[in-house]
Amino acid sequence: MKVRLKDIILKNPVIPASGTCGFGVEMSEWMDLNILGAISIKGTTREARQGNARPRIAECGATGMLNAVGLQNPGVEEVVRHEIPELRRLYDGPIIANVSGFSIEEYAYVCERIDKETDATILEVNISCPNVHNGGMAFGTSPEAAAEVTGAVKAATRKPVFMKLSPNVTDITSIARACVDAGADGLCLINTVLGMRIDIRHRKPVLANRYGGYSGPGVLPIALRMVNQVSKACPGTPIIGCGGVSSEEDVIEMMMAGASAVEIGAAGLRNPKACQTIIEALPRAMKELKIEHLEDIIGIVNNE
Amino acid sequence: MKQNKWHLLSNERIAERVWKMVLTGDVSGIVPGQFVELLVPGHYLRRPISVCDVDGDRLTLIYKTVGQGTVIMSQMRPDEKLDLLTCLGNGYDMSKAEDEVLLIGGGVGVPPLIYLAKKLREGGKRVHVVIGFNTKSEVFSEEMFLNLGCGVDVCTIDGSYGKHGVVTDVLKKSAPYYFACGPMPMLRAIVQTIGTNGQMSMEERMGCGVGICVGCSIETKNGMKRVCKEGPVFDVECLMLNV
Repeated sequence: MKVRLKDIILKNPVIPASGTCGFGVEMSEWMDLNILGAISIKGTTREARQGNARPRIAECGATGMLNAVGLQNPGVEEVVRHEIPELRRLYDGPIIANVSGFSIEEYAYVCERIDKETDATILEVNISCPNVHNGGMAFGTSPEAAAEVTGAVKAATRKPVFMKLSPNVTDITSIARACVDAGADGLCLINTVLGMRIDIRHRKPVLANRYGGYSGPGVLPIALRMVNQVSKACPGTPIIGCGGVSSEEDVIEMMMAGASAVEIGAAGLRNPKACQTIIEALPRAMKELKIEHLEDIIGIVNNE
Repeated sequence: MKQNKWHLLSNERIAERVWKMVLTGDVSGIVPGQFVELLVPGHYLRRPISVCDVDGDRLTLIYKTVGQGTVIMSQMRPDEKLDLLTCLGNGYDMSKAEDEVLLIGGGVGVPPLIYLAKKLREGGKRVHVVIGFNTKSEVFSEEMFLNLGCGVDVCTIDGSYGKHGVVTDVLKKSAPYYFACGPMPMLRAIVQTIGTNGQMSMEERMGCGVGICVGCSIETKNGMKRVCKEGPVFDVECLMLNV
């Protein structure tokens, strides 16, 4: 089940997605963290943030949910002093530190602090948060801005940099290409899809933030399409596929689309043990589908 | 957090839009003030429901039908299997209660006080309960508290049952240590009437219910706290209720 992200080896492709697993430690109450391929921790900004007003969560029937948490986090100093070392005490696999910012300088600064003060393995740079004004997505919707963030972050760290891309764009391949050309070591996609729900009895949006990010099984086809497009546009660049993955079969499908590893988000909010269940079910699904090594199927649909 | 399959024993309407569900399963570790998260067919996120009582291996949940998910819950029939997360959140800290304790509940905020009253009575406390509802057809739980040996005042806003008015009309300034659960306007009125010497349950829309998504975080005097993890019960002194 082993896979690689650049030269980092993951024992399996399953990674709890940033924003759906706290700082990892929280999950240790019901799961041995060391079974996971990697852990992508809560997005971090320079200063502590309280996030958006509540309600921040809205359900979307059986297909998923909206969130507008708005990057609530304790700030990078707390994360490097407390959260990452705490996780490291319980977990010896790759830690993916997710970084957000409101300016190019902030992205670079936060990456530099994490690089200098922790042994996080990969930096996942979120240029796609839909839930805060000017909070990242502005950088992820233009190839020039995405390239500028990538360049600034690469100059600030020697750790592998994966840029986390927004689906809320017309052509995701142009953003992906711009990031790779600016030095990104890999890509992670997709972040949530901008959405809305309305409380028809009170005639107002359900979310206090009005709009929020849609995630869950409903976005899987969008994520598969975008991962596949990007895998063709950026051959050789490792992709972490993310979006609506809920089962071992979804993991395999995402890898066939072009992902080298897979993040599980909303499914872990519905079932806190989702990652464990999927990891345990993968060998059997592989056997059934006659997959010997998961790495053999990455982007296999591009070989037509 | 524990995740288990539960067996539904009964599910019946006990008041206007209020239902009582009894399940059997692994009740170990559940304390008063905690909640469970219940998977509902056709819905992605679980429903957080407060623990109303634990008796042997039986768990009682009292819930109100407020949307599609809880309506589907009300249609569940005995013998169905349910997927629950239990032991969620921080319950009431009963060590702070003195010999005489006051419980204050409003509407569907009353259920968690029932298991609490039972445990306080087992601990030999004198328990007085003040519960409020909109109208007679919504009243429930009076007999459960009486059977536990609690003093009970029931209020209805329209005066159709019990005392005419809201719970704070009954409260005296010199109230003992209290535990409260109910709608925000009621909680604010309690603080205005008898102060902050107690604990309250907060309610919030949740994503995960287990502390990993921070969707339900509220600002407190001690920083941002997750209602599902550090809560739902908080010391009133720490809360920022905009009183």
